[in-house]
Amino acid sequence: MFSTHYKLERKSMGLALGIMLVASIGGLVEIAPLFTIDDTVEAAPGMRTYTPLELAGRNIYIREGCYACHSQMIRTLQDDVERYGPYSLAAESQYDHPMLWGSKRTGPDLARVGGKYSDDWQVAHLINPRAVVPQSVMPAYGWLARNRLRTEDLGRHLAAQRKVGVPYTDAMIEHAQADAIAQADPDDSGAGALTERYGEATNVRAFDGNREVVTEMDALVAYLQILGRLTDAAYEPAAKEQGR
Amino acid sequence: MVSELTIAERERAMGICGLVALAGLAMAVAGNGDPLQVHGFLVLLAGVAMLFVVMGGYFAPEPQASRLASYYDSPSRAGIVIAMIWAVIGMFVGVWVAALLAWPELTFDAGWASFGRLRPVHTTGVIFGFGGNALIATSFHVMQRTSRARMPDQLSPWFVLIGYNLFCILAVSGYFIGITQSKEYAEPEWYADIWLVIVWVTYFLLYIRTLARRKEPHIYVANWYYLAFILVVAILHIVNGLAVPVSLGSAKSYSLFSGVQDAMTQWWYGHNAVAFFLTAGFLGMLYYYLPKQAERPIYSYRMSIIGFWGITFFYMWAGSHHLHYTALPQWVQTLGMTFSLTLLVPSWIAAANALLTLNGAWDKVRDDATLRFMMMAAVFYGLSTFEGSFMAIRAVNSLSHYTDWTIGHVHAGALGWVAMIIFGAFYAAVPKLWKRPRMYSPALIEVHFWLALAGTLIYVFAMWNSGIIQGLMWRTYTESGTLAYSFTETMVAMHPYYIARAIGGLFFLIGALVGCYNIWMTIRPGAGVPGIAEPDVPLPAPSPTSLQPAE
Repeated sequence: MFSTHYKLERKSMGLALGIMLVASIGGLVEIAPLFTIDDTVEAAPGMRTYTPLELAGRNIYIREGCYACHSQMIRTLQDDVERYGPYSLAAESQYDHPMLWGSKRTGPDLARVGGKYSDDWQVAHLINPRAVVPQSVMPAYGWLARNRLRTEDLGRHLAAQRKVGVPYTDAMIEHAQADAIAQADPDDSGAGALTERYGEATNVRAFDGNREVVTEMDALVAYLQILGRLTDAAYEPAAKEQGR
Repeated sequence: MVSELTIAERERAMGICGLVALAGLAMAVAGNGDPLQVHGFLVLLAGVAMLFVVMGGYFAPEPQASRLASYYDSPSRAGIVIAMIWAVIGMFVGVWVAALLAWPELTFDAGWASFGRLRPVHTTGVIFGFGGNALIATSFHVMQRTSRARMPDQLSPWFVLIGYNLFCILAVSGYFIGITQSKEYAEPEWYADIWLVIVWVTYFLLYIRTLARRKEPHIYVANWYYLAFILVVAILHIVNGLAVPVSLGSAKSYSLFSGVQDAMTQWWYGHNAVAFFLTAGFLGMLYYYLPKQAERPIYSYRMSIIGFWGITFFYMWAGSHHLHYTALPQWVQTLGMTFSLTLLVPSWIAAANALLTLNGAWDKVRDDATLRFMMMAAVFYGLSTFEGSFMAIRAVNSLSHYTDWTIGHVHAGALGWVAMIIFGAFYAAVPKLWKRPRMYSPALIEVHFWLALAGTLIYVFAMWNSGIIQGLMWRTYTESGTLAYSFTETMVAMHPYYIARAIGGLFFLIGALVGCYNIWMTIRPGAGVPGIAEPDVPLPAPSPTSLQPAE
């Protein structure tokens, strides 16, 4: 073995090829099967995609680095489940490009935060967390309520999502901007078309309390309120059995 | 710098600068109204500025052919200075974000100054800015010495160094204005990723071309590690970075993978960024500077081989231990845990090989803070690899994951191992590279050492305490079977440790500032320490140096 190496270490390209070969094995064995073994991701019939407004909110969540302090992955541990709800299934993040499972809980897990608090609470908390939770160390995000949401290019965002595998239809892409505006204003004439495309359960509200302008706050709160609610799969015992 | 390039190289450099400027212009035009436009102007500015630099030196006389008889060290010198600048920036932001967790109001009401955007500035600043530049600078120094050959040309090392720093600037400035992929330690967006691939391929070619010119029959072990660092980081970066941009005029992209596959790819990347960026490269550094400074040969050739191939093979399986008890299939979690445990063997072989090399030179460890930096780095390397394997055990991980214990573990490695080996290597290399008899002040190296060690220990102990307390509080039940603590209560319990952590980080930052001062006083033109003419050129005949394999 050592005499072979004695020869190998005299060949720079041999060494380079050896390194690449030896280093590739682990990743190939662990990652490639995740794409081919079917029960890696449970079936979740009826799971919907993010609406354009929620997707925009998700992008704000990414932009502000929320994932650095909040996980979106409830582990299969008793205290995790009792604190945050049913453990997360792979299916629940199957449309998440990229996933936001997180690695640190400086703040609590958010995988099932949707519907847990009112819009008013979320807005007040984002503008000044310490007004709602005095001990909080979360940053204040006042500018989200001041910034108008950029909706013009949402169609292109949905189209790019479709390219990586999210099942958005032509109609969803075509009406992305209108759908985003409609979701933040219950009086908007497009609200009906929006719920037709994304389901009756879609939240259509002035999330930040202001119907005049669609702000980044609208988008982020719309996203937070849908977390854990794109599918009921995690609440169905059959799916859980199949998933484990 | 420009006067060291041949006329042909100067022309090629102008061509490259022109292309970069054009690419920046194209980005600025295509990204009208998008954050991409800001980066377009930044790239344009960088290209034009470098073009002026090259043009300014274009008519300088060509370098003499006699240069080919010596090593080419200007890029290493520049790299060391740039690395120290990044160290101060990255560590300053680190102290700031640490303080924000204790006193959240310590900021401005603006997006750029919030924790979520500053945190990647800290991680990228220290890992890629400080660590990356240190790796590039020392790899140029080491590969030439151990091959006894000069680099094949003058342009590619500058392209690698400056191009790499353009990537770092794009990354960090992007976070401030909200450009990020959110993949931890791989946050920069698609165009910066593509640029890094170009720089990295050039880096690999430069390395392999220098090795091809070597006058030593054998490739020294430090170079195996530097090669593994360059090659495997390329593989990781390309696979993890696969994404579809929203449009060519948009900074935003969506990663090709989603959910569980994306999580596995991300942590395969994330853990091996630790393995091949923060470990392999720095082991290369250790394997050259430690034996040189101790004036002892490496303890065991066979341990070097086992350590190297063990690390290269086992590490790549370990990433899934970041995903215990998640929706990742259990077989992958189990594989990750198993290989994380076996990984301890090659890791400790490498650490032991370094420490045993010091046998017979422990008096120097006592007297020479530079060597002590390297010794302490090897100790922390051994400690944090043990801790890492321990934390990869599922049952331990159920407590440690998501808590500050992870942060403490990372910093035991980053401060205790990576930063200390860099400081040791810099204090060893700076006098040689600038032709000075020694560093300006050995006493200040001593001060730096104790500040760095104290800072690391305060930091790590604070995070161990907060992490374990928080993990235990999360899982404590009352007698009636309900959770005993609300999340807020666990957070309040962290407050004193967050203050301690900020203080530990501040110590470490002050140490780095002391290091900057010491290095500056050594290298400044007309420094008090007189120059020497120690022969440091490729010698024609093999010399019985300590750098041969020990057999």
